Amino acid sequence: MIKKGVGVLDNTEQQILAPRTKVERHSSMKNQLCRMKHRLWRMTVALASLLLTGVAAADELNLRVGVTDISRQVYDLHMIIFLICVAIGVLVFGVLFWSVFNHRKSRGAEAATFHDSTKLELAWTIVPTLILIVMAVPATQVLVAMYDTGGEDMSIEVRGYQWKWQYKYLDEDYNNTLSFFSVMSTPREEIYNQSVKGENYLLDVDEHLRIPTNRKVRFLITAEDVIHAWWVPDFGIKRDAVPGMLNELWTIVEEPGIYRGQCTELCGKDHGFMPIVVEVLPEAEFDAWYASQVSSELVRQESIGEAMTHEELMAQGDTVYGTYCASCHMANGEGVAPVFPAIAGSAVAMGPRDDHLKLVIDGVPGTAMQAFGRQLDPAQLAAVVHYQRHAFGNNAGDMSQPQDVINLSNGQ
Amino acid sequence: MSEVIHADHHDDHAHGPAKGLKRWLFTTNHKDIGTLYLWFSFAMFLVGGVLALVIRAELFQPGLQFVQPEFFNQMTTNHGLIMVFGAIMPAFVGLANWLIPMQVGAPDMALPRMNNLSFWILPFAFGMMISTLFMEGGGPNFGWTFYAPLSTTYAPPSVTYFIFAVHLMGASSIMGSINIIATILNMRAPGMTLMKMPMFVWTWLITAYLLIAVMPVLAGAVTMMLFDIHFDTSFFNAAGGGDPVMFQHIFWFFGHPEVYIMILPAFGIVSHIIPAFARKRLFGYTSMVYAVASIAFLSFIVWAHHMFTVGMPLAGQLFFMYSTMLIAVPTGVKVFNWIATMWRGSMTFETPMLFAIAFVVLFTMGGFSGLMLAITPVDYQYHDTYFVVAHFHYVLVPGALFSIIAAVYFWFPKWTGKMYDETLGKIHFWLSFVGVNVTFFPQHFSGLAGMPRRIPDYPLQFADFNMISSVGAFIFGLSQVFFLYVIIKAIRSGQPAADRSWEGAKGLEWTLPSPAPYHSFTHPPAVKDEEVLG
Ligand code: HEC
Ligand SMILES: [Cu+2]
Repeated sequence: MIKKGVGVLDNTEQQILAPRTKVERHSSMKNQLCRMKHRLWRMTVALASLLLTGVAAADELNLRVGVTDISRQVYDLHMIIFLICVAIGVLVFGVLFWSVFNHRKSRGAEAATFHDSTKLELAWTIVPTLILIVMAVPATQVLVAMYDTGGEDMSIEVRGYQWKWQYKYLDEDYNNTLSFFSVMSTPREEIYNQSVKGENYLLDVDEHLRIPTNRKVRFLITAEDVIHAWWVPDFGIKRDAVPGMLNELWTIVEEPGIYRGQCTELCGKDHGFMPIVVEVLPEAEFDAWYASQVSSELVRQESIGEAMTHEELMAQGDTVYGTYCASCHMANGEGVAPVFPAIAGSAVAMGPRDDHLKLVIDGVPGTAMQAFGRQLDPAQLAAVVHYQRHAFGNNAGDMSQPQDVINLSNGQ
Repeated sequence: MSEVIHADHHDDHAHGPAKGLKRWLFTTNHKDIGTLYLWFSFAMFLVGGVLALVIRAELFQPGLQFVQPEFFNQMTTNHGLIMVFGAIMPAFVGLANWLIPMQVGAPDMALPRMNNLSFWILPFAFGMMISTLFMEGGGPNFGWTFYAPLSTTYAPPSVTYFIFAVHLMGASSIMGSINIIATILNMRAPGMTLMKMPMFVWTWLITAYLLIAVMPVLAGAVTMMLFDIHFDTSFFNAAGGGDPVMFQHIFWFFGHPEVYIMILPAFGIVSHIIPAFARKRLFGYTSMVYAVASIAFLSFIVWAHHMFTVGMPLAGQLFFMYSTMLIAVPTGVKVFNWIATMWRGSMTFETPMLFAIAFVVLFTMGGFSGLMLAITPVDYQYHDTYFVVAHFHYVLVPGALFSIIAAVYFWFPKWTGKMYDETLGKIHFWLSFVGVNVTFFPQHFSGLAGMPRRIPDYPLQFADFNMISSVGAFIFGLSQVFFLYVIIKAIRSGQPAADRSWEGAKGLEWTLPSPAPYHSFTHPPAVKDEEVLG
């Protein structure tokens, strides 16, 4: 047990200090012990500073100030309430401990007999009420400021799925064309401690959500399956993503940069693995990026029905499977019995092709199997189905083409 | 009433307990049932504790080491359910069984057979719930708050057992509450008016009403889940026109009073222990009673502060913010009254007193973080992070749990006629005190730094806090095994205890011999002010 602890300890420390090579990782026991001592020391120091020093001062111990006007207001409010609590705490616990040290029998204290005082009791009902009113005033102000919706420069729909986010730029000029999924890109090997954890461990995604600086961006938040919650701490905003409901949130960010958050409502198995990454670009840069994305998306949509080779299908299918399917059906296709069925040897994957395509396009209502027809384009759908039929030992020996997907979808 | 008691004597023969297993299966004696409840809750506490240690072991370091995410979710869910419904609540009911009849000068509970039933339901309820962990697809994995549709459409097949288990727990609680109310209202010794009742009795009276009010609401929620799962209704299914947010409103309409159910009896306990060891009457008895009553009332109109992020209109947010902040007032009154009781007392610091003082300090810290959470705009930042985890563990562990431990040490001599070893008790206290703070204090910081709750793995910046927290959890867990040792040692070889086991202990129970006879107060005692009011 202890030995294991040492090994793993060593592993984490590396990730924090500096990436090292594999060889170095298997360093001698002595080295490890030394490092553990060091680590224990750091822990002790951390503990001591936690318990003893003024908490407010240290950055990583406190709420983030953030980069928006709202987040700064929230931070100030947090500090006001916190300091009031500290002041009351010092006073109340001070009296308590004074009494504990002085009114003890061993010091010869004799018990007094008072047991009532209307004046005192009234005082400590009224004074706290007044303090609460003092707290409520700024709290109300900040809350009202947060509810100042409307007047937005652009809107983005944020949709939570088990276990990824979909972002759609609501832009009628282009028929809401720009839409994509954002999936955690931290490799499984890092999670399972088979490789060194990167700096943004669990906080990286394949596609950032991009927004411009200094514009009021409105987020419309909802979910497809279960409840999720969308949170970017540096913006000071968090809202639940509830199926069947559209929640509204807005922000104006002044500083360009990359801001990270995580899903904060338990949403099943991979709740811990659906981060949020927002990249804030200077306005001009954003506009250029947006225009180029929209036009290349329009081009891509035109060429979507083109036939693909087995190799192309397998290559794209592999990527799509890893991003969209592996969280439930697992990377090895074995699933998680009995909730998520295996693809390896599945009757569907070995059965008629169109049934397989249909299942993936329409999903299975009332289960976690989503209707991927609304998430993936025909090429991706054809590729992933073709892949499932020819991977994990499956060998259906047929072809699935984007045109088949289009035909099936139109036939409905 | 007298008929019931008569019948009870008839088949339980009036002079002593039956022998062997039958005694425990068929007992209608409040002391036996109290003992059953207490041991049951301790067993559940150990089970829930093991689950907590699985969680803390996995979170000791970033990365997945011991368990898979789907199993991790079952651990957090069952840890919460078992601790709330299996450990804390039954422990308080056990204390109520032991103490209320003795404190009001009654021979037994008003409804002894129902008392037996309400206990014996529990092992079946929890047996069923825990068995789901071994089923295909696993046990409940949707959090102890079981938000739909994660707990309905997306739940593992075993969820039906979970629903049935919750129904059973609810039935048990309702029966227990009816019994407690009937006992308190009908069986007090002549002369014990309501405003002379011991604080523990008062707090339980109010708690019992809360339970009767909200357990049916919980039953309603799980029944709707059952219908959504098996009969194609759409109470909580948006695709069928239902509303997942409605689930949360219903759940928290139960859930918020529920958290007071777990703390009001603790207030009662501390209001006995502090006066006893300060050798001074409880300060502000009347305002204590009114404070408990107003906390109970407020508990019904604050539920949506658990849901500030679901997207409510501004007016709703403001209402729930203000009403929640108000709870700080009566809670503050209680804390100030306890300190005023200690003030100019003549204090000694035996184990129950140590736990009681730690309760006052650490519960108040949980109160402070609660006040911070009440402030809606900053709650957006705290919500569903470890800050919340720290908050509710501060009010439940050094809060509710410490009060239960304090009660056990305090009344142990009355129950068994033996004294525990004071040195061992103090060691237990200090281990628990250190353990609890090392576990939960750092969680405030990981929460503020942005760590979401209920995740099996976390980004690297949270590594230090989690490591400290895990170390603390193991200290705390082991110190409760030590508690078991202290208790067993005392039962086996404790020194004989005096009838009034503590110099300053006041109340009718201390006028009885130690150990309290199997049937006590078969004739109502005289109620003297200096005994019941201290
Ligand atoms: C959120 C979890 C989840 C994800 C992600 C997911 N599935 Fe599924 N899948 C399921 C569940 C649950 C079922 C079983 C449905 C049922 O009860 O019939 C299923 C069933 C299937 C089946 C039928 C298997 C059989 O033998 O019955 C296929 C084929 C399939 N999924 C393909 C996919 C593809 C392709 C993807 C990715 C594009 C995917 N799934 C992503 C949950 C998921
Ligand atoms: Cu989520």
